[in-house]
Amino acid sequence: MSKILVIAEHDGSSLNLSTAKCIACATKLADAKIDVAVFAEDGTDIANEAAQLDSVSKVLLVDSPSNRYPLAAIIAPQLVAMADGYSHLLGPSTTFGKDLMPRVAALLGVNQISDVMTVLGTHKFKRPIYAGNAILTVEAPDDRPVVATVRTASFSAVGSGNSAIVEQVSLDADIPDHTRFVELQAGQSDRPDLQTATKVVSGGRALGSSENFDIIFKLADALGAGVGASRAAVDAGYVANEMQVGQTGKIIAPDLYIAIGISGAIQHLTGIKDAGTIVAINKDEDAPIFEVADLGIVGDLFQIVPELEKAIGS
Amino acid sequence: MERVLVGLKRVVDYNVRVRIRSDGSGVETDGVKMSINPFDEIALEEALRMKERGEANEVVVVSIGGSECQQQLRTGLAMGADRAILVETAESVNPLTGARIFLELIKREAAELVLLGKQAIDDDNNQTGQMLAALWGRPQATFASRIELNGSTAKVTREVDVGLETIEVDLPAVITTDLRLNEPRYVKLPDIMKAKKKPLDQIPVADLAVESAASITAVTFEPPEQRQKGIIVKDVAELVAALKDKGLV
Repeated sequence: MSKILVIAEHDGSSLNLSTAKCIACATKLADAKIDVAVFAEDGTDIANEAAQLDSVSKVLLVDSPSNRYPLAAIIAPQLVAMADGYSHLLGPSTTFGKDLMPRVAALLGVNQISDVMTVLGTHKFKRPIYAGNAILTVEAPDDRPVVATVRTASFSAVGSGNSAIVEQVSLDADIPDHTRFVELQAGQSDRPDLQTATKVVSGGRALGSSENFDIIFKLADALGAGVGASRAAVDAGYVANEMQVGQTGKIIAPDLYIAIGISGAIQHLTGIKDAGTIVAINKDEDAPIFEVADLGIVGDLFQIVPELEKAIGS
Repeated sequence: MERVLVGLKRVVDYNVRVRIRSDGSGVETDGVKMSINPFDEIALEEALRMKERGEANEVVVVSIGGSECQQQLRTGLAMGADRAILVETAESVNPLTGARIFLELIKREAAELVLLGKQAIDDDNNQTGQMLAALWGRPQATFASRIELNGSTAKVTREVDVGLETIEVDLPAVITTDLRLNEPRYVKLPDIMKAKKKPLDQIPVADLAVESAASITAVTFEPPEQRQKGIIVKDVAELVAALKDKGLV
């Protein structure tokens, strides 16, 4: 039997969708019994939310003021104290999970499997390497726990409707005071979250300025879409870094992805290859983005985008 | 602080389009251009700026691998590092073993700060820095886009999914670098000549008496599934019609 502990990601008040995707990955393991660990301050609501997710047996809530912020150095020793008896520890391949899980793996004396995209067996997985230009099948030793991060774009979230037990847990772990939270500057937006939006509109360097990027926002609003950007657009300062889509930014899998003025560097394509339908708008008909786009228009984006916005709005 | 250690991994250059060997045993590296992992180059640049500001006295670059890694270490010395250490091994080194090796070097060198790239662009593991911090029992600040040293602490701004998170860590610590931390300098020819005279110590891995961690076994390598090329539509009306067809608008 696989006894799996999934580490919940949350923002202090509600659960991140990455948690339901990690659980979906866990359900692919044979004969899985899945528990969810929630580290939070005043985390009852978060724990209850996790308890509703399908396939969850039990939610373990570690409620403590020291768990107010998601700091790896503080959560890792607690997770290790909880790890006994589990065959697998899974966290999301988000900045939260990427920060935390290797610290846990090292404390448990194992290497980590990063970015699981396919489950082939209890100890056998596929993962992307070289920015997604190669897919590697890996096998973990079966005489020790598997610590892995889950490439969330590869899994559809489990549903909710479950009512698993929530158990308050107190742990005997040394909490260090050498790491302190200072502040979080989060992008303020009423638009759908980039990582979970079903539609995403992204702009590239061809927009030319942050003012011009406005037409991307307008089109996104007409579609009810999230907004992303290429690395070139972020590096040029048109938009904030958390909007970057690609290998070094966010890896997303919306139903509809519209790439505007984005040439399609390999590192960008890596971030969108699981999208349902890709639309490309670009003036260069030889742009690599057209090699992966389901639908493309060659032309001036400053003319096409407002026209598209109008056509959708009407 | 007295000393900063910077890790430099030798990887396939980021401009190379990688090819899988036909037998699926790995990625073709014969005759392929090799470089310093770009994130590690950013780590080195940051360490050099610390030294230039008088915040660090010595910058030591470290690589683990075969003698060919001397090439990347010499580039690091040409960028401005003071000396280099090559931990020599013919075996491929997994992240946990790599972290154990670094920990031994930290002890030998009494380093107060270790700067590493957030991940290597070959295996994309994104593990070594966090593992090193865990084994060392010290803070980690991953995905750094800004580092401010204040005596015995560092304030680090991190690129996280929702925006920018700032944390404060006590030193010694491990910091891993993201793309927007800085833009690494170009190496000038006279610096390459000077770098040849800088010390490069070679230490056989066995001398460090580090226990190897069990590896995750690589079974097969395959190319990713390709998306099919779609169609070019002639105007917005045709695009909207196609999207409506798919139920997307």
